Amino acid sequence: MEVMEDYYYTKEHEWIRIEENIATVGISEYAQSALGDITFVELPAVGTEVEQFEQFASIESVKAASDIYCPMSGKVIEVNTDLEDSPDLINRKCYDKGWMVQIELTVPEEKSNLMNAAEYQKFLESLE
Amino acid sequence: MLSTIGAKSIDDLFVDIKPSQRPKSFNVPTGKSEMEVVEHIRRLAKQNRDDLTLFIGGGYYDHYVPAAVSALISRAEFYTAYTPYQPECSQGTLQALYEYQSSICSLTGMEVANASIYDGGTALYEAVMMAIRITGRKRIIMDGGVSPIYRTILRTYTKNLDIEFVETAVSHGQADRAAIAQHFNEDTAAVILQNPNFFGAIDDHSDIIAEAHAKGILTIASVYPIALALLKTPGEMGADIVTGEGQSLGLSLNFGGPYLGFMATKKEFIRKMPGRIVAETTDASGRRCFVNTLQAREQHIRREKATSNICTNVSLCAVQASMFMSLLGKEGLRNLAQLNLDKAEYCRQLLEKIPGVTVKRSSPTFNEFTVSLNKDASRVIEAMIAKGFAAGFPLGRYYEGMENYMIVAVTEKRTRQEIERYAAALQEVLNDSKV
Repeated sequence: MEVMEDYYYTKEHEWIRIEENIATVGISEYAQSALGDITFVELPAVGTEVEQFEQFASIESVKAASDIYCPMSGKVIEVNTDLEDSPDLINRKCYDKGWMVQIELTVPEEKSNLMNAAEYQKFLESLE
Repeated sequence: MLSTIGAKSIDDLFVDIKPSQRPKSFNVPTGKSEMEVVEHIRRLAKQNRDDLTLFIGGGYYDHYVPAAVSALISRAEFYTAYTPYQPECSQGTLQALYEYQSSICSLTGMEVANASIYDGGTALYEAVMMAIRITGRKRIIMDGGVSPIYRTILRTYTKNLDIEFVETAVSHGQADRAAIAQHFNEDTAAVILQNPNFFGAIDDHSDIIAEAHAKGILTIASVYPIALALLKTPGEMGADIVTGEGQSLGLSLNFGGPYLGFMATKKEFIRKMPGRIVAETTDASGRRCFVNTLQAREQHIRREKATSNICTNVSLCAVQASMFMSLLGKEGLRNLAQLNLDKAEYCRQLLEKIPGVTVKRSSPTFNEFTVSLNKDASRVIEAMIAKGFAAGFPLGRYYEGMENYMIVAVTEKRTRQEIERYAAALQEVLNDSKV
């Protein structure tokens, strides 16, 4: 399973890429592969304030409907509108074009509650 | 039976319930034979008055049910398949529901409909919850013209939920625009409007709907399906969610149910709509077929986060309504609605001439209108039963200060003679000094 180097991860298999106080959020290769073909992505409205590990989006696939939790607290500043017509972007490019939302971080120190790439890799191995 | 399960007495079975909350007595009489029970039920049934000529409506109407509808709906293919657990194997059931949904969309002018909800009142409740899900807001404004029966259902269902209900004052005429708009704020999820309203008034809610939309507020329209064949549809008015009682679409009046709740909405809200949705697609060989779609909204997949946890739909009633609508067709439904309107107008003209009757004429009406009498309406209705008529719906039953008011409904089933006899009987009762 592909894991991106500079990203941080949750146990629910969301990733977050932090650039100063702005962060991009999506789901990992492991998550998209477990979900199967994604048919619909429900995203929060721009301006929504979310807390760490709070449910803020959901993904429907041919297999299931899953809640997505935000890795860190912040305010949603942009959502990936390409997912409306092409939810399968998450299946094809989960770490870049399949991103879900961009947030302005409010509590940067929450990063310490997340796993880095090496830790997440280990976590994945423990699941097998 | 008690010794088999190891209990000493019936009371042992209820030890988990506080004594104060247990029933005082079960009062179960000794057993009766099948023949005795049948006789007992037959006697009870005889107390029903099913011989009255009906001028009573209030949301449920005495429409004719064609014999073909009753015959077709009794076919075992429809009758036995309550919930097909492998639905795609039951293509006939799915196609029937798909056609039902399509008819509801045509009638309401909306883009999508579900495969039915329990009844008109619970459909309205589901619409409220849907509006709250879509907007993330908590306030619901209800026009004074919404059925008091639906209001009671809504209050009961939402009693323990964090929802703020604002009800505008009751008026017999059209919706009070200013009274509604003054409650619009940033926390308002939706406004509920009924057309024709409970008192019979027809309205074009387009302006209220446009004003609500400008503030991000949704509109829920509760409608009478037969009237839609003639009136401007809620879709044309711009309504977001449409619900109603489908009893008048080929279901007999039967003491409260099972009836049929219908629900339709705009395509953009389809994922927030509860209930099953049947869709058309093609199979592996390219043939037209039907499937249950968007099931991820539903309880068996989303568990407690489902759009609704009322699993019941009323497929059989929905299929029956579909048969009724397809037997009548577009023209037939329009003719039916016109007959209702014409007969109600005739009745209204006769009643207007009776001393002691004032017909409310503040707005156009469909097949139902409100009258005030110079006597207590409940007593007049009581006296009319002796003359063979269910004369109307007494408003004093739900509204303080309206003891002299009743609503009169006239369907296509009422003949000219019946309407004339009704008017004559009403005149006699109003002249009778003993009533």
